[in-house]
Amino acid sequence: MPDLLLELFSEEIPARMQAKAADDLRRMVTDKLVAEGLVYEGAKAFATPRRLALTVHGIPARQSDLKEERKGPRVGGPDAAIQGFLKATGLASLDEAKIQRDPKKGDFYIALIEKPGRATLDALADMLPVIVRTFPWPKSMRWGERSAKPGALQWVRPLHTIIATFGIETEEPDVVKFDVAGIEAGQTTYGHRFMAPAPISVRRFEDYEAKLKAAKVVLDPQARKDIILADAKQLAFAQGFELVEDQVLLDEVAGLVEWPVVLMGSFDEAFLSIPGEVIRATIRNNQKCFVVSDPKTGKLTNKFILTANIEASDGGKAIVAGNERVIRARLSDAKFFYQTDLKTKLEDRLPKFDGIVFHEKLGTQGERIKRIERLAAEIAPLVGADVEKTKRAAHLAKADLLTEVVGEFPELQGLMGKYYALAQGEDASVAAASEEHYKPQGPADRVPSDPVSVAVALADKIDTLVGFWAIDEKPTGSKDPYALRRAALGVIRILISNDLRIPLAEAFGHAIAGFVSQDNAHVRKGVESWALPAESVRGALSSSFDAWTAGGVRVFVSDRLKVQLRDQGARHDLVDAVFALEGQDDLLMVVRRVEALGKFLDTDDGKNLLAGTKRAANILRIEEKKDGKAFDGAPDAALYSLDEEKTLAKAIDQVKAEAGAAVAKEDFAAAMSAMAKLRPAVDAFFDKVKVNDDNAAVRENRLKLLNEIRAATRAVADFSKIQD
Amino acid sequence: MRPERSFQGLILTLQRYWADYGCVILQPYDMEVGAGTFHPATTLRALGPKRWNAAYVQPSRRPKDGRYGENPNRLQHYYQFQVILKPSPPDIQDLYLKSLAAIGVDSHLHDIRFVEDDWESPTLGAWGLGWECWCDGMEVSQFTYFQQVAGVECAPVAGELTYGLERLAMYVQGVDRVYDLNFNGRDGNDRVSYGDVFLQAEQEYSRHNFEHSDADMLFKQFSMAEEACRKYLEAGWKDGKREAHLMALPAYDQCIKASHVFNLLDARGVISVTERQSYIMRVRELAKACGEAWVHTEAGGAGSSPSP
Repeated sequence: MPDLLLELFSEEIPARMQAKAADDLRRMVTDKLVAEGLVYEGAKAFATPRRLALTVHGIPARQSDLKEERKGPRVGGPDAAIQGFLKATGLASLDEAKIQRDPKKGDFYIALIEKPGRATLDALADMLPVIVRTFPWPKSMRWGERSAKPGALQWVRPLHTIIATFGIETEEPDVVKFDVAGIEAGQTTYGHRFMAPAPISVRRFEDYEAKLKAAKVVLDPQARKDIILADAKQLAFAQGFELVEDQVLLDEVAGLVEWPVVLMGSFDEAFLSIPGEVIRATIRNNQKCFVVSDPKTGKLTNKFILTANIEASDGGKAIVAGNERVIRARLSDAKFFYQTDLKTKLEDRLPKFDGIVFHEKLGTQGERIKRIERLAAEIAPLVGADVEKTKRAAHLAKADLLTEVVGEFPELQGLMGKYYALAQGEDASVAAASEEHYKPQGPADRVPSDPVSVAVALADKIDTLVGFWAIDEKPTGSKDPYALRRAALGVIRILISNDLRIPLAEAFGHAIAGFVSQDNAHVRKGVESWALPAESVRGALSSSFDAWTAGGVRVFVSDRLKVQLRDQGARHDLVDAVFALEGQDDLLMVVRRVEALGKFLDTDDGKNLLAGTKRAANILRIEEKKDGKAFDGAPDAALYSLDEEKTLAKAIDQVKAEAGAAVAKEDFAAAMSAMAKLRPAVDAFFDKVKVNDDNAAVRENRLKLLNEIRAATRAVADFSKIQD
Repeated sequence: MRPERSFQGLILTLQRYWADYGCVILQPYDMEVGAGTFHPATTLRALGPKRWNAAYVQPSRRPKDGRYGENPNRLQHYYQFQVILKPSPPDIQDLYLKSLAAIGVDSHLHDIRFVEDDWESPTLGAWGLGWECWCDGMEVSQFTYFQQVAGVECAPVAGELTYGLERLAMYVQGVDRVYDLNFNGRDGNDRVSYGDVFLQAEQEYSRHNFEHSDADMLFKQFSMAEEACRKYLEAGWKDGKREAHLMALPAYDQCIKASHVFNLLDARGVISVTERQSYIMRVRELAKACGEAWVHTEAGGAGSSPSP
């Protein structure tokens, strides 16, 4: 079957847009083919800085014929309806229509439309220009003479030529005939801008890719990345060094060249006195070059690796020299920034934060820093951190935001704070908190473990959650502008991976109190809307459990916990079963319960007990509805008539006591083992006992016994919330 | 005058190259501007349907970038070489690369790259798409396809090339400090360096811009320029009808003036963050009104049918 080759050759496409554009092109063309009834065998798209290319193979040469019956108006219907029918179906007159007999509703016309399948070549000629015109570039532009008129073609940068060929391997392919904005599709493209600028005529994908390669263009972005990575590693290795790998940079660099040529340059060793991260940020962000480390020391060396787009006539000497000069100038700037920063103590920068708005409704950065300091001090004893060190750490943690280096390279926030704190002689834990308190930033990021960092990190995240929650800036759908999901997940991960127990409700109460003490009317109003007077928060923190639940933060956090557990492959549906119990605000305990519960439910005992409990709950629901009352009193032992009833009652008492004791000791595995003892009694009860006894008193007593099963299992979880 | 020997040789070579292409070679605009784009030969001529190819050197003032002559490549006054081609010709990238070749940048020896750079001027109400042009990792030019200027859609689109002359000269002369550039191409006693010409000016203007400029006067000048711009715009409508405009250029001069005065106030540190935004908005409003007036003038294409 024939294949399609499509190439859109333009001026330089921004590197960051190339991958998505290739994907969009493949998706748009193949979707349209399928919509036209043309099922293809395979498709692959490519991008270089100057071209998008697509190959679709195994497309049928023609669409299959279509036969369609279309129902028309009734015989003798109004003329307008008949004319409309003829027009819509393309029939010349009613003679061409069939009449369908219908004794009930009356006879009506039927048009038999036979639509012969079109040649794919023609279908392509219709669809491709539309795809080009409607291509979803993030930003597109007009250019040249044609931009004088409305409706001019928009493309990411000026589009120069289009290749569109269609045909089978053994024959000369057809050119798909169409033009877009005066660009006629053909078979011509161009090679490398400088090394092979002459026109190239191509037939189909195979010779296209090969001819481009001969013309110094590596079409496949992955191939370019492989070349860059392998050559860069080799260059570093040859000198006894190691490339510092950087996937994001690699992706970008591969989008800046059609013919990667990897070269190594160096800079003055004196610059190595600047922190390695600053050197890397300078070289990476501004110059798109890789840095190199010395495997013996693990530190950066004075080398860098650049990717040129050309095999230069001098072997790259001038290119290396030019890049070295630019990097020297950039590093001079960075060194100057770093040394300037060291002249000012971190605490001396703090007054400036009073003039910087953090959020219109949440006050200044200065106020935020004070709240975090206060909250971190409350949390410190709970996580085993020194209170004074924690306060100091929180005091300084954000100060580097106003340094020159962070101004230049925002991604170094926190890290620079650590360097500057160490330089001014701060305690190591205090300094580390500057960097660590932002963590974890994403699922792959490290979780802080030093108690001081943990306290500041928790305070930072909880202040964020509570504040934005109170002013009703909650995440919606895909929008989470203040990264509250990340903050909640951060809290969860810090607590779980450090085995920390924090009554979160209380911590949230402290956070609210922080805002209230600053007379923040917005937060106060928000909190009061949760039917919780802010005064009471200040006074009695015990009532803050209301804030945790009523405000909906708990649901938000538990949802994040579910996501987290799901990502770890754990049973996330059990989270609800545990949170349904009273007073659950200690995430570590919630997770422990969930783990124990999950293990228990994997055993036969667990499965059967769950089934039994659910059966009990179902019967209760039906009977409670029937009688219009709950059966929640204690059963009367005198009314037991069967052994199975007595055994069950005894088992329930025993399990309640044992499980209760185990839960009190937070030994959830033991609590589950106790639960297991309930199972034979429950099974036997359902086997032998008829709940709806003819004697009303016996019936009610048995229902109460069922209710006791439900109550007993609540020692560990609300079994009704567990999915089967 | 070899371009790699002297600063002026570089300028003359670029002028000759673009003159040979058919550009009108203009002289710098006789007002203080922040960039070559502000020259009415770019801002205003980019609007309207008429063809327009021009090139010129424009001294550009960035009061905030002054470093008292102590930084090797930051200046509060520097030169841009500006080319504007309307409509943008299909081979504009090749034309640009050939101009680099003319000043001695061999594209088989050097690594020349077009790296994404979307241009936007909030003060001019303008934006375009294009690139920074890199030579061996150094940005030597900006390349923009104007999409909108002074709030008006460009139809047709103009291509703008801006060469940072000092940087380019430092590159071709192999100099690391701008003040060490050879200005006149002579040696020995006859040699004049960039520092000889401009170092003292950088020191003096840095003092002025950061420490001594008369803020009260500048605030007044801003208001006066703003008022005058509006007055001229109002008076320029022929017969009081908003059909033809007769004074777009003088009005635009006042917009340029306001913009530069704002830059001076900004450098002086007397404009707060919130006020800053509102000043930028005020200049943009002037620029937009000037653009609107311009397209109602003859050179702006009023009354003529759009070119095919």
